[in-house]
Parts: sequence; C-alpha cells; structure tokens
Amino acid sequence: MIDWCEKCEEMMQPFLDGSLSADEVKEAERHLEKCHWCAKRYHFEERLRHYVRVATAEPMSADLKAKLAALRTPLH
Amino acid sequence: MSESAPTAADTRRLAEEARARVRFEEEALELSDQVYRVARRLVGTREEAEDLVQQAYERAFRSWRQFTPGTNMRAWLLRILTNLNIDRGRRQQRSPQTTSIDTEAGDYFLYNKLESQVPDENPDEERVLERLSQDSIVDALADVPHDFRDVLVLVDIGEFSYADAAQILDIPMGTVMSRLHRGRRILKKNLADEAVPT
Repeated sequence: MIDWCEKCEEMMQPFLDGSLSADEVKEAERHLEKCHWCAKRYHFEERLRHYVRVATAEPMSADLKAKLAALRTPLH
Repeated sequence: MSESAPTAADTRRLAEEARARVRFEEEALELSDQVYRVARRLVGTREEAEDLVQQAYERAFRSWRQFTPGTNMRAWLLRILTNLNIDRGRRQQRSPQTTSIDTEAGDYFLYNKLESQVPDENPDEERVLERLSQDSIVDALADVPHDFRDVLVLVDIGEFSYADAAQILDIPMGTVMSRLHRGRRILKKNLADEAVPT
C-alpha cells in the first residue's frame, strides 16, 4: 500500500518549484485536501523559503553604490 | 594604410556605440542591489562581497561588448562574479563532498523538530516558524557546503531559474536540481540543529 504522506513529502520540493507533471500535481493536491498534517508542512516550507529570502537580504552600502557609479564611462 | 578624416558614417557609428555603452552601464547599475544580495551569501563576509561586486562590475564594464542585448544581464553579471570568486582561490569542486552529510531525514524533518518545541497543542505554521531567528537562518545557510550553497543562493535567494543557475555555474541542469534538493535539506538540517538544543 502506498504511504501517501511519505509520497507527499517526496513531492514537496518539486511541487513548490512547479516542476511536477500535471498528473503528479493532481495527485499531491488530492492528498493535501484530505491531509491537514501534510498541508501544514507544505505551507511551512513555502513560508520558510520566503523567510530565508528576507532574512538573508542585506542592503548594499552607499559607499559601494558610489564606487560602482564611479566606474561609469565619463560622458563628454 | 593612410589615415583619413572620419566620415559621417564613422561619426554616427561612434555616437551609436557610446549610447549603447551608456545604456549598458545604466542597466547594469540598476541591477547592482540584486547582484550584491546574491554575492553577499556566496561569500563569508561583507568586505569580500563588496570587493567581489566591485571587481565584477569593473570587468563587466571593460567587456560590455560581449554582452548580447536582450539576454539576461543579471545572469551575465553573476556569471562574471562567480568566475571571479573561483579565481580568487575558491577551489572549484566538480564532485562535492557528500559523504558526511546526512540528508536522509526527509523534507518534513525540520517542521517535526520545531513543532515538538512549541508548547501548544497542534500549533499553526507561523508559531512554528517563529522558532527560527534571522541569525539562525544566516548561520545555517553559511554552514551549507559551498557547492550546494551556490545553487541554493542563486535559485532560492536570487530567484534564478534552474537553466540560468546552470549557465552561471557552468554545470548541467540536472546537477543544479540535485544540488538544490540536497542543499535545501542540508539547510533545514542545520536549522534544526541550531534551533533545537540537543
């Protein structure tokens, strides 16, 4: 017998990347509708990816910005 | 060969080239925040990232004619930056060190670990996510071995496609996908280790 939660765990990354086939997406969605336990974990993963992007963002310093602007070819 | 005065056509061509160059430089500078954001997580310190971005822009501005207008300039800049990073002494590893990394725990592992730390019964996902501090994310990412981290940073932070990441790192797309998959698991394993006292 298929362990659908285990299968869903395997499909989570490609599901969120949008790289599953249409049939596989349907399969995962059918399970996620019924399984709150897996659905929570999918939602968490989605939020985590967003959080990683936000948490690791560090603005560029004004100093570097000025240095890069100074590399431009002078206009005559 | 005798030198002759520039013709009107020459003058027009030079003016057109100067305009193309200005357009190129402006477009590249507009992308600098995004380039820096990726560079910052490819290397260990802010100083290294700043040096790297500056060198990459110097090189890009010197070789601007090699850029094909209409193609992805952000990927082109990152390709230059990644090559410089490797030239700076980072040994390029064709086959990354994988033996000592346990990623067999699966993709639900982090959630399960964190959920067990939340005192409430059946907490929602936001409460579980709150167990992770911003610093713990930065540290956990820095601890991912660089072959995996490069792909993770390009795709999950830089939001590049698999194909762009493959081109930037000069590796096959299948390798991008497998390193990304494992890299995310390693990141989650590191996060679980940081967030959950053993």
